[in-house]
Amino acid sequence: MLRYLVVRTAQTIFAVFVVATMIFLGLQLTGDPMENLAPQDLNQAQVEELRKAYGLDKPLHVQYLRFMVQLAKGDLGVSFLSGEPALGLILERFPTTLKLVLAAMLIAIVLGLPMGVAAAIRVDTSVDRTLRFLSVLGISAPAFWIGIMLILIFSVNLGWLPSSGLSSWKHYLMPAFTLSLYRIALFLRMVRSTMLDVLNQDFIRTARAKGLAERVVVYKHALRNALIPFITVAGLQFGHLMAGAVVTEKIFAIPGMNRLALDALYSDDRPVIIAFIIVTAVLFAVVNLLVDLLYALIDPRVRYA
Amino acid sequence: MPKNFPWFAALVLLAFVLAAIFAPMLAPHDPMQGDLMISQMPPAWVEGGDWAYPLGTDEQGCDVLSILLYGLRVSLAVGFGAVVISVLIGTPLGLLAGYSGGRLGEGIMRLADIQLAVPTFLVALVVLALTGGGSVIKLILVIGVVGWASYARLVRGAVLSEREREYVLAAEALGMSQGRIMFRHILPNVLSVILVQMSVDVPRVILLEATLSFLGVGVSIETPAIGLMIQRGLDYIYSGVWWTTVLPGLVLATLVLATNLIGDWMRDAFDPRRRAT
Repeated sequence: MLRYLVVRTAQTIFAVFVVATMIFLGLQLTGDPMENLAPQDLNQAQVEELRKAYGLDKPLHVQYLRFMVQLAKGDLGVSFLSGEPALGLILERFPTTLKLVLAAMLIAIVLGLPMGVAAAIRVDTSVDRTLRFLSVLGISAPAFWIGIMLILIFSVNLGWLPSSGLSSWKHYLMPAFTLSLYRIALFLRMVRSTMLDVLNQDFIRTARAKGLAERVVVYKHALRNALIPFITVAGLQFGHLMAGAVVTEKIFAIPGMNRLALDALYSDDRPVIIAFIIVTAVLFAVVNLLVDLLYALIDPRVRYA
Repeated sequence: MPKNFPWFAALVLLAFVLAAIFAPMLAPHDPMQGDLMISQMPPAWVEGGDWAYPLGTDEQGCDVLSILLYGLRVSLAVGFGAVVISVLIGTPLGLLAGYSGGRLGEGIMRLADIQLAVPTFLVALVVLALTGGGSVIKLILVIGVVGWASYARLVRGAVLSEREREYVLAAEALGMSQGRIMFRHILPNVLSVILVQMSVDVPRVILLEATLSFLGVGVSIETPAIGLMIQRGLDYIYSGVWWTTVLPGLVLATLVLATNLIGDWMRDAFDPRRRAT
């Protein structure tokens, strides 16, 4: 187990290294940052001075080497706009996004998982058909539009819920639901189909044949096996949410890291963009690692040597 | 006719496609030529509305119905166009990786793994933002290129299981070229897998385009697009102007729902694994 952990951690670091290299190369292809960065009224000499100040006058390989060394030290440069360390800016907003995403994941699991099980054990009944239709509906609804609808109904018309910020639990309800809607539908579909696969297997027939209560068969034998692919998908969705909550953060005016990254994208604030992508890459890699470890805990057949 | 075919969804999709094709004839007004005198007029059935502008007007005085009709063109063009690009790139690479294998095949699949590990949305967002927004063509290309990997992986998997079948062995024994075997013999047999994946991707890409345009990195401001319309409408929801967000969202959701229902049906009908269970 320890060896596995070490190998996987090394792989994780390598993956982040690859991502960092790709970002560096990719940014070279997208043009001169000075075009957006330098105020319009600067003359040529002032622009060159600014370029020097950010180290953008050095040859490419020198810039790359410096970029990598600083990355290893956890220094991703300062924001072109505010002058503060880019990584610090992103990490400062990280908890806000994390709290929102955890709330969304909680909603998605609490609703999606039982509905998926319910649809599977009542397959081809009206319950199943209704749930399936609802899940297609959930997957089809544009998240940004659902967010706006919620604001229209609960903030503008009814005045029950606040439409921006995250200062109380009430603030979390609408943005977390907006984020979770697609995942509720996704989890429902996925749990339903894996449960159906598992329920058709021999060991389930055996369990029923030896007279176990249906409840035990479904929840103890079938669900436990269906949970394994579910954990992968849930882990993946957690990563996607952390790096994809941008629309929700924009609509509900939440000062999360996606919002910051979007603003950085608009203003071509490259250090902040890079910091965001690196943080996201590390997060994805860590989530993957945790999912693999959870596997070993849940499924006794999987034990890593 | 096939079992459980979603007739209603198919009719809705057909209506949307026809509406998009004939938008110039159907639209009562120029979608981008507004009249500020009549800006933010509510839909015709609401008090203060006018049947000359059935779904009302936006803050520029542009006709909402006309923008929606033209907006459908953008949604459908990007949805189908990008997916076709992904198929055109991913299929040959998947065939190559699956049939010839070797180091090249390995390399292709590693690249696909990397691409699949990063959310399409994020890549498209960063690329479009850093290259300064775009046109419909640019969106099709960017989303299309980013989406190649799932097709490469899918086709490779299908090819691996086809490769040892008798008809391939027979073609090899007859001394046919690799290219001929790949495209003329194996490809027709993996088409259903590609088709199923396309039906899942089209609605996803339609939503992706709308989201990118909503964030201001999709189609340019002068384009009548559904995502852009909702973005502009967002500024006015607190002043009671609901029709520039609610209506385009409804159209978008209906379009995506119809394509998703057809996609679900196609997966059940064509996916050999599902047929077996």
